[in-house]
Amino acid sequence: MNKSVFFGALTVAGVLAGASVAATLDDVKARGNLNCGVATGLAGFAAPNSNGEWEGFDVAVCRAVAAAIFNDPQAVEFIPTTGKTRFTALASGEIDFLARNTTWTFSRDVDLKFDFVGVNYYDGQGFMVPKALGVSSAKELDGATVCIQTGTTTELNLADYFRNNNISYEPVPVETNAEGQQQYLAGACDTYTTDASGLAATRATFENPGDHVILPEIISKEPLGPLVRHGDNDWGDLTRWVLNALIAAEELGVTSANVEEMASNATNPEIARLLGTEGTLGEMLGLEADWAKNAIAAEGNYGEIFAKNIGEETPIGLSRGLNAQWTDGGLLYAPPVR
Amino acid sequence: MTTLSDPQQGSFRLSMLLNDTRYRSYTFQFVALLLLIALMAFLGINLMRNLAEAGLNISYGFLGVPAGYDINQSLIDYSSQDSNLRAAMVGIINTLLVAFLACVTATILGVLAGVARLSKNWLVSKLMAVYVEIFRNIPVLIWILMIYTLMTAVLPSPSAFRGDDPASSMFLGAFAFTNRGVYIPWPVWGPGSMFVVATFVLSIIAAIAYRRYAVKLLFDTGKLLPRAWPTAAILILPTLLAFFILGRPVSLDYPALAGFNFGGGLQIGAPLIALWLALSVYTGAFIAENVRAGIQAISRGQTEAASSLGLRPKRVMNLVVLPQALRVIIPPLISQYLNITKNSSLAIAVGYADITATLGGITLNQTGRAIECVLLLMLFYLTISLSISAIMNVYNTSVSLKER
Ligand SMILES: N[C@@H](CCC(=O)N[C@@H](CS)C(=O)NCC(=O)O)C(=O)O
Repeated sequence: MNKSVFFGALTVAGVLAGASVAATLDDVKARGNLNCGVATGLAGFAAPNSNGEWEGFDVAVCRAVAAAIFNDPQAVEFIPTTGKTRFTALASGEIDFLARNTTWTFSRDVDLKFDFVGVNYYDGQGFMVPKALGVSSAKELDGATVCIQTGTTTELNLADYFRNNNISYEPVPVETNAEGQQQYLAGACDTYTTDASGLAATRATFENPGDHVILPEIISKEPLGPLVRHGDNDWGDLTRWVLNALIAAEELGVTSANVEEMASNATNPEIARLLGTEGTLGEMLGLEADWAKNAIAAEGNYGEIFAKNIGEETPIGLSRGLNAQWTDGGLLYAPPVR
Repeated sequence: MTTLSDPQQGSFRLSMLLNDTRYRSYTFQFVALLLLIALMAFLGINLMRNLAEAGLNISYGFLGVPAGYDINQSLIDYSSQDSNLRAAMVGIINTLLVAFLACVTATILGVLAGVARLSKNWLVSKLMAVYVEIFRNIPVLIWILMIYTLMTAVLPSPSAFRGDDPASSMFLGAFAFTNRGVYIPWPVWGPGSMFVVATFVLSIIAAIAYRRYAVKLLFDTGKLLPRAWPTAAILILPTLLAFFILGRPVSLDYPALAGFNFGGGLQIGAPLIALWLALSVYTGAFIAENVRAGIQAISRGQTEAASSLGLRPKRVMNLVVLPQALRVIIPPLISQYLNITKNSSLAIAVGYADITATLGGITLNQTGRAIECVLLLMLFYLTISLSISAIMNVYNTSVSLKER
């Protein structure tokens, strides 16, 4: 582990110049696939299915980007990253795009030199406890042992929250969600804390999800979104607009089922521009005219991706909440496609 | 007449740098050195340029800003509001703690196993051979994970001790073995306890003095004083007396359930135990081999000569063989100690907050200062390793053959 950090640092030192200056899109095209950093395994967000294919809410964004570039949602190499390795992987150029439940914060944006291209899930940090513990509020956790993924914002929020409430805790640092789950289930910690969506996803994989509750307190804002290296604005624009296209598609009623038909006889000019039958938006991004059509056809629009991977019909069962379209009282609001 | 003559002094020509064997090696070494310096300079400049192009810079300012995270084991005062530097200090102390503990137990284990492996008892020697072969041939990371996983999976969680009819109970009412660690009673030092401690220290000195006197008396007059019981008496009685006269200033604090965990007593966290045990048994196996090699390096003649002087086997080992074997054992022992210290950086696998986990893990990740942190880490491990070598070398010189 020590070593990976060291080599990571060396790679940053050695490769960074090339990686940040050269056009990422050219590199990706030359390589023939997108290198996408995802979680090591978080059901619903990014996890390999029984056939070894990556699936999930974050994975779908990667596939949409690949589809926009190559018209092939399979042209992605998924690189599992932990909370600790993800930023080195992105900075060193090992991955082109990071979609791993990553919170948009000031220092990551400014100091770590990344660009967040948007938010694909508005989240907040929560706590999960076994029902048997008899705890109903996070404020009752004084003296508890807390499992926490290191290298995350949740680690820092946790320290702040307990200090502000004048209660103490003992952290058990874990590297991955799988490890956290194992420790939590073995009772090595009383509570597991991370993004509430992650808690729901983790609980859904338990044998008896009903034995565990997620406490009502949400102690932070965690806008989760994909990010790219700072400095290659063209690449940032491309990925930002793939995400926006997915969100706009839902608002405009374009789905993976009707996208072909809509593209061939679009009456709404905004849909026509989005799907490339009108205007030259694709060309401006350095892509084909049907980039957004392919991105939407890959895994569906934002709403479809949500419903299929983490929505109320899935075991994870998240409601749209803040992640509804602005027209439905949520925060999702894609800028105009023109 | 001979055509051979010594090369003339003082007539140095430049071509001799290549043609003359006396100078050629210097030339090559010098060229190699220049190349090495050039390579380092190239790497350094490359690093700086690439960092500058990426808009990054080398700066250690982050060491002063609040760390923002909590650490589960800290021997010094620490809170999330303290600086990254202090978090690094906590990590350094934790590294040194586990390295020290593991060095001590690995040495004890290694010496015992090494000596036992040469035992005439077939079972004992074979058992030790099995121990050595199993433990040194499985990577230490596996041992760490195995012990940790066993602890968390097998031992009960503190909640199992709760309730009217708890599933688990404390051992002897004083020790709690949980999957979060082991809780043991720990002394509380009340007012006046300093005197008890001082008395004890003085007793130790007195006991040593007594033993010296006994040896001297034996050598000078041949009179043999009893040694075991007076030593014990000197060690225990005054301290006990002081303890009761001062009104029992030192008391034991017993662990007890408090909230979610045990409170009171001393908590030895599961990560520390896993790391400590794994490093000890793993490195102990190597040390056992060093010890065996050291003993076998002493020629049988020494043992036989000592036996023929009438020394009993135990004394032969303690007075003749081991002191000589030490000279063979210590140099490889140094490198085992270094290994322990460096292997302790695997702490991160079980969430033990050593320097690699704090400075090289969380601080590195939260500040993004990878190069700075890794350089500091390298500096730390280098310093520690060189210090251990230096100390052990001093000891080595003190036990090595004194040539007169
Ligand atoms: N949003 C936080 C935490 C992200 C995080 O680590 N989330 C966990 C649980 S929701 C995760 O994705 N784990 C997957 C894995 O371990 O690979 C951050 O960006 O620092």
